[in-house]
Amino acid sequence: MLISVQTEDFDVTEVSRQLCKNRQDIGAITTFSGQVRDKSPDRNLLALELEHYPGMTEKSLTAIAEQAQSRWDIDDLAVIHRVGRLAPGENIVLVVVISAHRKDAFAACEFLMDYLKTQAPFWKKEITKNGEHWVEFKDSDRQASERWD
Amino acid sequence: MAKLLYFASLREALDKDSEQLSLPADITTVAQLKDFLATRGAQWQAAFTEDAVLLVSVNQQMAQADSAISDADEIAFFPPVTGG
Repeated sequence: MLISVQTEDFDVTEVSRQLCKNRQDIGAITTFSGQVRDKSPDRNLLALELEHYPGMTEKSLTAIAEQAQSRWDIDDLAVIHRVGRLAPGENIVLVVVISAHRKDAFAACEFLMDYLKTQAPFWKKEITKNGEHWVEFKDSDRQASERWD
Repeated sequence: MAKLLYFASLREALDKDSEQLSLPADITTVAQLKDFLATRGAQWQAAFTEDAVLLVSVNQQMAQADSAISDADEIAFFPPVTGG
């Protein structure tokens, strides 16, 4: 299991390769990567500032990953979340799940993303040309997370 | 001494990211601590009143209003999370 909270960028292909290294039993690799999106129609976003709770963040990601491992037949996984100042188009988050079969890999990948969005202590602030504001929690994220309960 | 932490918009509203606090003997739950912090002034009252949506963790585990706290705990308050 690879869990990382980091300022540096990640390479999706490299992380997948690392997880599969020296294994011949993996038939499925699912990856999700999220990047900084400018939602404003007039392209106002300069950057996102990602704050987190050092210590608790790693613990909560590990707990979520362990839940995924107990719920689905998966062989290994990686969760990487970036923090600090990120420009539009930059990577924010990566989830990779490897498994013998795709069904479990897909489900676990989706579960990991849904859960980390509602349970891991990260906060986003948008830095725009017109000022700064904290991103509001979305109820659709809560609902997406609750469907796994 | 309990260690208190504040994150994101709450940290900015209070202009404080952490503090050491000797918990008064009659404060044994998260709810009681919130009531106590709310008495510190207008910003604190606004942040810790009942209708403010605030999450809390005790020793880096998510907790609830009735969760027990002690003087050796690390207690963090923060707004709903928005990672991913």
